[in-house]
Amino acid sequence: MIYSDAHLSEKVFSKDIEMKPTRDGFGTGVMEAGKDDSRVVVLCADLTESTRAQWFEEEFPKRFIEAGIMEQNMAGLASGMAAAGKIPFTASYAAFNPGRNYEQIRTTIALNTQPVKICGMHAGVSVGPDGATHQMLEDIGMMRMLPGMTVINPSDALEAHKAVVAAAKTATPVYLRFARSATPVFTTEKTPFEIGKALTLWDSDKPKIAILVTGSVTHRALMAASALEAQGINSVVLSVPTIKPLDEEAIISVAKRAGNVITVEEHQVNGGFGSAVAELLAKEYPTPMRFVGIQDRFGQSGEPDELLEEYGLGVPHIVDVARALCNV
Amino acid sequence: MALTDTQTATLEKHAEEIRETIISMLVEAGSGHTAGPLGMADMFSAFYFHILKHNPKEPDWSERDRLILSNGHTVPVRYAAMAHAGYFPIKECLTLRKFGSRLQGHPERSRLPGLETTSGPLGEGLSQADGMAYAFRMDNKKNHIYVMMGDGEQDEGNVWEAVFFAGKYALSNITAVIDRNNIQIDGMTEDVMPLESLRAKYEAFNWHVIEVNGNDIPEFISAVEQAKAIYEKPTLIIAHTIPGKGIPEIEFDYHWHGKPPNKEEAKRFLKELRTAGGRVPHEYA
Repeated sequence: MIYSDAHLSEKVFSKDIEMKPTRDGFGTGVMEAGKDDSRVVVLCADLTESTRAQWFEEEFPKRFIEAGIMEQNMAGLASGMAAAGKIPFTASYAAFNPGRNYEQIRTTIALNTQPVKICGMHAGVSVGPDGATHQMLEDIGMMRMLPGMTVINPSDALEAHKAVVAAAKTATPVYLRFARSATPVFTTEKTPFEIGKALTLWDSDKPKIAILVTGSVTHRALMAASALEAQGINSVVLSVPTIKPLDEEAIISVAKRAGNVITVEEHQVNGGFGSAVAELLAKEYPTPMRFVGIQDRFGQSGEPDELLEEYGLGVPHIVDVARALCNV
Repeated sequence: MALTDTQTATLEKHAEEIRETIISMLVEAGSGHTAGPLGMADMFSAFYFHILKHNPKEPDWSERDRLILSNGHTVPVRYAAMAHAGYFPIKECLTLRKFGSRLQGHPERSRLPGLETTSGPLGEGLSQADGMAYAFRMDNKKNHIYVMMGDGEQDEGNVWEAVFFAGKYALSNITAVIDRNNIQIDGMTEDVMPLESLRAKYEAFNWHVIEVNGNDIPEFISAVEQAKAIYEKPTLIIAHTIPGKGIPEIEFDYHWHGKPPNKEEAKRFLKELRTAGGRVPHEYA
């Protein structure tokens, strides 16, 4: 059942739940961060409307920097602005930021310890018709490997807003991942968010399985938990928006309770969120695991929902993987 | 303002000290780049002993000018100049590239106060300079930003993104310098990937360009003063230098781009430097 301390929307399983893309949460979140702190600046590489950086530009034109289609330069610019006392957010598609400018991020931001907030939009196959070139599926792996980098993958637009506001207040570099297509806004203002903390969304007595999920597919894990309950299988759903640093205590705790773990992410299973959980559990509490995510393939054109089905992120598939792991 | 003869002589003496320290630190390290740092010693003497607004005892001073070393592989010249300017003891230079040293093979800002950026991977310094220049201008701050780049480094696409940006926003608080020594690891720059006409390329991006002899300290300082007087555009100084400057047997030889001298060579090179090619006596020669 829904875990009451998560304060989820009353409409969590309703057809008329509000739908918004997590990138909208970037747009509103960075505006709030900008109001809170005049050091916040936003740099964008010619994708101002679709990244929602436009909202900040309209509110704070003097603190918006049009960087042109130059993601490599944008990373260095942001590093330099941070060195001069600003709190820079860089916005582009994840395929280019960090996909194109990874080495610049590694050297001028991560190793150089400048607290730039790198925002990658349009991550995952749910980008839809643009196809594989624009469907970034490797960014979590790339970014979580960088020492000192915080990695956040918000579960809905409201949590994305909170994550952006929180990221502006940290003294470390942060990577934030956002999706293009609208997904259910199932959290509320009262839902807790803290960088580095996982959040229980669904809990049942004597769970047989723990579903660990990150990003804009999180609502799908809740739907799967509900379907499993209808089939008599109790589960726990742990939302893990912060992939680095992982909330180790919460993850080990649910693994111990359930004894079986599946991870769900819209990213390559190689090196992504599931890998991070597996690295932890292998060391601390070896637990049978299965990995729902992209299985070493590139994406393709299509509508978001049909692509999510094709790539194994449909609710029935999550249910099947969970049942198979529990042998039921 | 023109330098007095005494000022020039003092800066030239610092350049020689910097060169000697470079040779000593490279032979001790057993790896590293020789030609570029020797060729840049005159400019680094000019920066640390005349041009920069800085305080070696307070490296984080907020009013300081920023000197960004984009071609991080030439960092021995910066370490040597910093040590002679009083940032840290000269003997610490001998820890270059050793385990636990603050003097990493390529510079790391978080390890050594007084470095402005972490660098080595080429093409990134001007981007960071652009960011600093833009931010300082937003805040009406007068700090000037100097960026030292290599000529081979101009191969990097990232350089041209940053050149584009500085030109668009007319970031006149940036003075960039290209150490035009014509060599890179695989050979002469014009053979590896022709750069000319560098001047025309930068001018086309809305930069003001000055060409000087980078081994002539008064000429270099005069170019920097001219650059700071130009408010309409960023300025590039193409500083023609002799790679390996001061040691005739390696001057202009690209094989010395990326290797250090061995002990025998170092002894010979130091003698060359200390006696000005055998023209003056020196007690340690």
